[in-house]
Amino acid sequence: MTNAGSPAQGTAHGGGFRSAGGARRVPLRHPWWWAGGAVLVLLIALFARLLVTNENMRWSVVLEYLFDREILGGLVTTLELTVLAMVLGLALGVVLAVMRLSANPLFRSVSWLWLWFFRGVPPLVQMVFWFNLATLIPVIELGVPFGPTLASWDTNTVVSSFSAAILGLALTESAYAAEMIRAGIQAVPKGQTEAALVVGMSRFQVLRRVVLPQALRIVVPPIGNDLISMLKFTSLVSVLATPDLLYSAQMIYSRNYRTIPLLLVATIWYLVLTTLLTVAQQQVERRMKLTRAAAGAAGDGRRLRFLPSFGKA
Amino acid sequence: MPEIPLLRVENVGKAFGRHQVLREVSLDVHAGQVLCVIGPSGSGKSTLLRCVNRLEVPDSGYVYLEGQPVGFRWKGDGLHEMTSSQLAAQRRRMGMVFQNFHLFPHRRVIDNVTEGPVVVNGLDRRTAGEQAMELLTKVGLADKAGAFPESLSGGQQQRVAIARSLAMRPALMLFDEPTSALDPELVGDVLDVMRDLARDGMTMVVVTHEMAFARDVADQVVFMDGGRVVEAGPPERVFGAPEHERTRSFLSRVL
Repeated sequence: MTNAGSPAQGTAHGGGFRSAGGARRVPLRHPWWWAGGAVLVLLIALFARLLVTNENMRWSVVLEYLFDREILGGLVTTLELTVLAMVLGLALGVVLAVMRLSANPLFRSVSWLWLWFFRGVPPLVQMVFWFNLATLIPVIELGVPFGPTLASWDTNTVVSSFSAAILGLALTESAYAAEMIRAGIQAVPKGQTEAALVVGMSRFQVLRRVVLPQALRIVVPPIGNDLISMLKFTSLVSVLATPDLLYSAQMIYSRNYRTIPLLLVATIWYLVLTTLLTVAQQQVERRMKLTRAAAGAAGDGRRLRFLPSFGKA
Repeated sequence: MPEIPLLRVENVGKAFGRHQVLREVSLDVHAGQVLCVIGPSGSGKSTLLRCVNRLEVPDSGYVYLEGQPVGFRWKGDGLHEMTSSQLAAQRRRMGMVFQNFHLFPHRRVIDNVTEGPVVVNGLDRRTAGEQAMELLTKVGLADKAGAFPESLSGGQQQRVAIARSLAMRPALMLFDEPTSALDPELVGDVLDVMRDLARDGMTMVVVTHEMAFARDVADQVVFMDGGRVVEAGPPERVFGAPEHERTRSFLSRVL
């Protein structure tokens, strides 16, 4: 009875079941993909026509100034500002994040206050403020608090437009970096700290050797994002007449009135830099994955000496 | 003059909030002895172990390592709480192996083992590396030296964790349910390593659910329930002729 016919055979003979084997298959059509695609292609074509045919674009002028010395100088300044502000911001951010997680309520509150202030005040306002610091504090003195002065400087020589820009950018970044790094530290399992403590590490060694290396790996993607935002935020320094990429372009077009072409020059360079940073960010992330995957697959120390090892002393 | 125990736990009590986890726990472990702590979940076994190396701070009582109170220094007649670096120096004498291994995931196996000697003891990387390879050979994982922990099985990770602890040349090893997170077929390798250690004369305190291991290896077995030591003695007595009803009912459930 049971082996005389499988259920499929039985029902097929009964006429209720239609086998799909051998039938013609029709894939699902997507008419709206084509309609949407056509609209997009049209828009892109219109935009391309604007770029190519609009006389005011003056591509010849763009080309002429793309590698201009003033522009390239501005490019270097922009890069300097980005790197310096980012490095200072991150370093401060680490300290602030650790303070924020400290058991000491005073450290916690100071860190909170710092974050509240520097996240709240726009970097542009800060830059202008720092630039005008001399009107508030004309002389910067180094000495014993409430005691004798050991050295002093004129504020205006210390706080140039460049350093005012760095201060504004780095302090803002420090507040954002602190929050990211704090999240990173908190994402490192508590067992890691305990394992490091029982090996006999001091609190500082635990932080530096075990917790931070792991926390920073977690925050590489958001830090990469911040770096790219920072690159663009540096254009704010043009208000302080710091000759960055944008201000260099502005100086040129204030002389020759070719505003749009020079703004295009700046735009192209910003896009180039952003693209490079994006690629670099992807490389770092990929390499972090690869090192581990390769070592995991091989399990062989000798063949891996030449691979970069992150977090090594 | 009686010998000073390597480890003495004296009237240690600990509460988390209103939950009293340890009540007046006392025990001695002499150099070269293996003490196994058994008991139902939540009986305070792990907390006791964590009080020994002060990952948890006892509310009352003291732990003594080599006659010195853990976490405190004598100054005249007073006990002064240690600074974190003094405590770190004391912790170096006590290795600890966790249920979930806690290897450093960002370091290769060999670096996990050398980390303590290099960073804490200031040993040069080469010497530390040679010693680490010896230890990895001892736990049967020399061929995994260049791998990252995530590519290892649980049993392999736990053996690396044991090697990492041994690299600090501790006087005492604490094991907190070292095989509880492992697949059954991987338990044996870890227990074999621990057996070898015991045979070499390492002083060990092992919190475990492996009754066969406790019976074979332990010099002393402590049965805990409800934060108290209910019964303590040589394994033949605790397993063979338990005096307390609670011990008997626990053993009848696990054996």
